[in-house]
Amino acid sequence: MIRIGVVTFPGSLDDRDAARAVRLAGGEPVRLWHRDTDLAGVEAIILPGGFSYGDYLRTGAIARFSPVMDSVISAAGRGVPVLGICNGFQILCESQLLPGALTRNNHLHFICRDQRLRIESDRTAWTAGYQPGAEIVIPVKNGEGRYVADPDTLARLDGDGLVVARYLGGNPNGSVADIAGITNPAGNVVGLMPHPEHAVEALTGPGTGGLGFFTSVLRRPVRA
Amino acid sequence: MTIRTRDASEIDTVEQAAATPELPQPYTELGLAPDEYQRIRTILGRRPTGCELAMYAVMWSEHCSYKSSKIHLRQFADKAPPSDALLVGMGENAGVVDIGQGWAVTFKIESHNHPSFVEPYQGAATGVGGIVRDILSMGARPVAVLDPLRFGPLDAPDTGRVLPGVVAGIGGYGNCLGLPTIGGEVVFDPSYAGNPLVNALCVGVLRRDAIKLAKASGPGNQVILYGAKTGRDGIGGVSVLASATFDSAGSGNGAGTGAGNSSAAKKPSVQVGDPFTEKTLVECSLELFERNLVAGIQDLGGAGLACATSELASAGTGGMQVWLDRVHLREPSMAPHEVLTSESQERMCAIVAPADVPGFLAVCEKWDVHATVIGEVTGVTPAEAEAGGRLVISWHGEVVVDVPPRTVAHEGPVYARPFGPPADQDALVADTPSPGRLARPAGGGELRRTLLRLAGSANLCAKTWVTAQYDRYVQGNTVLAQPADAGVIRVDESTGLGVAVSTDGSGRYTRLDPYAGAQLALAEAYRNVAATGARPLAVTNCLNFGSPEDPAVMWQFAEAVRGLADGCLALGIPVTGGNVSFYNQTGEVAILPTPIVGVLGVIDDVVRRTPTEIRGAGDVLLLLGTTRDEFGGSAWADAVHGHLGGRPPAVDLAAERMLAELLVAGSGEGLLSAAHDLSEGGLAQALVESCLAGSVGARVALPGDLDPFVALFAESAARAVVAVPPTAEPRFLELCRARGFPVTRLGVVDGDALDVQGHFSIPLAELRSVHEAPLPARFD
Repeated sequence: MIRIGVVTFPGSLDDRDAARAVRLAGGEPVRLWHRDTDLAGVEAIILPGGFSYGDYLRTGAIARFSPVMDSVISAAGRGVPVLGICNGFQILCESQLLPGALTRNNHLHFICRDQRLRIESDRTAWTAGYQPGAEIVIPVKNGEGRYVADPDTLARLDGDGLVVARYLGGNPNGSVADIAGITNPAGNVVGLMPHPEHAVEALTGPGTGGLGFFTSVLRRPVRA
Repeated sequence: MTIRTRDASEIDTVEQAAATPELPQPYTELGLAPDEYQRIRTILGRRPTGCELAMYAVMWSEHCSYKSSKIHLRQFADKAPPSDALLVGMGENAGVVDIGQGWAVTFKIESHNHPSFVEPYQGAATGVGGIVRDILSMGARPVAVLDPLRFGPLDAPDTGRVLPGVVAGIGGYGNCLGLPTIGGEVVFDPSYAGNPLVNALCVGVLRRDAIKLAKASGPGNQVILYGAKTGRDGIGGVSVLASATFDSAGSGNGAGTGAGNSSAAKKPSVQVGDPFTEKTLVECSLELFERNLVAGIQDLGGAGLACATSELASAGTGGMQVWLDRVHLREPSMAPHEVLTSESQERMCAIVAPADVPGFLAVCEKWDVHATVIGEVTGVTPAEAEAGGRLVISWHGEVVVDVPPRTVAHEGPVYARPFGPPADQDALVADTPSPGRLARPAGGGELRRTLLRLAGSANLCAKTWVTAQYDRYVQGNTVLAQPADAGVIRVDESTGLGVAVSTDGSGRYTRLDPYAGAQLALAEAYRNVAATGARPLAVTNCLNFGSPEDPAVMWQFAEAVRGLADGCLALGIPVTGGNVSFYNQTGEVAILPTPIVGVLGVIDDVVRRTPTEIRGAGDVLLLLGTTRDEFGGSAWADAVHGHLGGRPPAVDLAAERMLAELLVAGSGEGLLSAAHDLSEGGLAQALVESCLAGSVGARVALPGDLDPFVALFAESAARAVVAVPPTAEPRFLELCRARGFPVTRLGVVDGDALDVQGHFSIPLAELRSVHEAPLPARFD
């Protein structure tokens, strides 16, 4: 069974949910601790949602310096799939594994709602199982989810097909170009603001539209 | 309300107290009555030290001692129905209920009303934090929160300050803690303008053999304080804030405080929350429990260490020695009485066997949680035990407290306060909402306008602006959340075992008849839980009232408690714990008496839960229960006429019980595709909510034997509307007939309008825009 690491930082909240999603997708979740540098030989890594270290300075700014992130950054460089969800996306941006930044929602409130998304790219380790243009509904829940980047970066994201998902039916946070998620040029590192791990069972989410992220990566593992 | 601060060389020791019996002491400023102060002197056989005085003052405050409510609350135990489910009852941090399969659930509700008026964000945030630690201290993982809220009128200027702050505070703390918010209420009434209500209910889950209790047993065991550092925040919160009223003018001297009674002057008494620290404290504590390193545990909330040490000692062997100077301070200049009464958040106190201390500290180190051994459980002589034990607290080698802890924690004053109905009670009840008194709508056009007016009124409109700021998904076990009738949480992923929780309360009904009002709150929460298919099991309550020193308020309280206790007995579900919040008033004017009742139920498999929203076109809509001409305290009388008078709807607990049985049986047999209880706004509002939630219309015919206005808007209790697939209808009707329960076929789920045949039709789009507009229009 393919082993997927889920990192727990102090203040991580959706780590158990991410582990459950991995399990439901058919993988074996492996819990990784922020102080560890050993990735236990996992074949993909998830940085879950939450408020790592309280996010009092700037979201993801402290987590980026935790011991585990040195290993995650080097694994990402070797092509190991890495998915950052919400706070995980923020950490990936702080780590410069992905460009741009996530800032306070334009309406200044935390927002939790079921959000329609369009999957823009199937050329990533985490979205290979979706048809490009597929529409899914998964929860969005954040206070600082407004993606911003400089014009050159945005042009590059667009031109190189690095936007992974966009918001449909209303932008929940003012993200530029309705961007909900992006990837690196290699397609192994994906950051996503909404929460696919909360849409893996019809019983507890708005549907099962998020499961594809976790099944996709099981198709294309690379050993860490 | 500061005691004269002295430098360390001037610390008031037990020795000095004995030597200077006549030294004047500031007991009035600390909220103690002269006879209470005298009683402390009698207990100790000398004057109390400054630390002892501070300790008795906070522990004998209304908030901590329940001195005015105790004699009434006894009814919850005296009238408790027999229950196999109750594992831990009242008196502990929270009650614990057996839900089967080796699982137990603990739940409790508390208020943080006054702090939330003074400083809405931090007041509400720390309200969530406090109740979460109560649940944690039972050994449970907190899994959900519900927030019953009451504010002044939607258009009142101050509501624009209080509501957004409270909502952001609840969200900011609960979301960051990883706790889904799954229910609660948002209600507006002028009586809450100067005294909003912020109640928070937390649910926790544990294995039934893993319950932890708050007692310090086993001499030699160590007392460990862990979590956040202790600072000067929240000193005297329970006595200054929670046990006194706000002046209407916002200044001047109020009962019990000498430092001015305006809300601004009380800001330093509000605690400041740090949800990140609480999150690590929760995970650290759960690992400590898991590793069996804890012999007893207590959270630090109101009255801080004064409360935790005296309660732990009193409930245990009775003896404890505390070295107060070892407490990890945020501000090194703090005096010992400040350390004792600080309400700094995110702290816990554990009793740990000496051999387990290294393991305990290692787990704390893993989670970066600060932990300090501050004391030790000690033995007591038979004479000391008789006197209430012996708690000795020293400060840099000098004894500053030497008291029998039972006299502090469990033997505070008890008052039988005088009570009698308010002077206007008879006139209020006589002012019935009869057709002659309040004009009723007639004809399709007027009925249509009335429905829209109610659906778009402050109290019945959509609360999405509030609830969208709360994370409902975290932990991945939320099966139903607001605006569902009750929140439903999955407890066991492998079997589908789950719990449902609802909170309800109507200040308007309770003002008209406190006995019936409390029962109606109970009945509604009970009905809401049953509507999801869960079997109601247990009750918690938060009793929000005005000043107990006002006989009219005390009468409302006494009647409400009597009603609730009788109601729980009739429904067969025990009260497991709760909270009393007095002094909710502005000047001399009390809030509407507001008992909030939380009911918890169990559902064997959450896959079978019944949702609120209707979805399946062609499903048959059935009305269960009897509709009467009942408009006293109704949403219609309020929203259309600004009227409060008459009697609330009749209470029929036998009918409630039967209705719940039907709803649970219907869910169990898989007959129901939706269910929604009828309450404020009656059938009309229930249909509006069910249709909008499912984005589908309904075609209904009103029962021919009723006046259309009564059929649509009456608030008779013990009613629900259900949707059943046509194939299931015969079987469900058979269930109703077998019980002799009244059932009326209303119509079918269909189309994109709410069509009340022969009267009016409203497109869903119009309904939605009216229903969803008010809060965004006010706050965005």
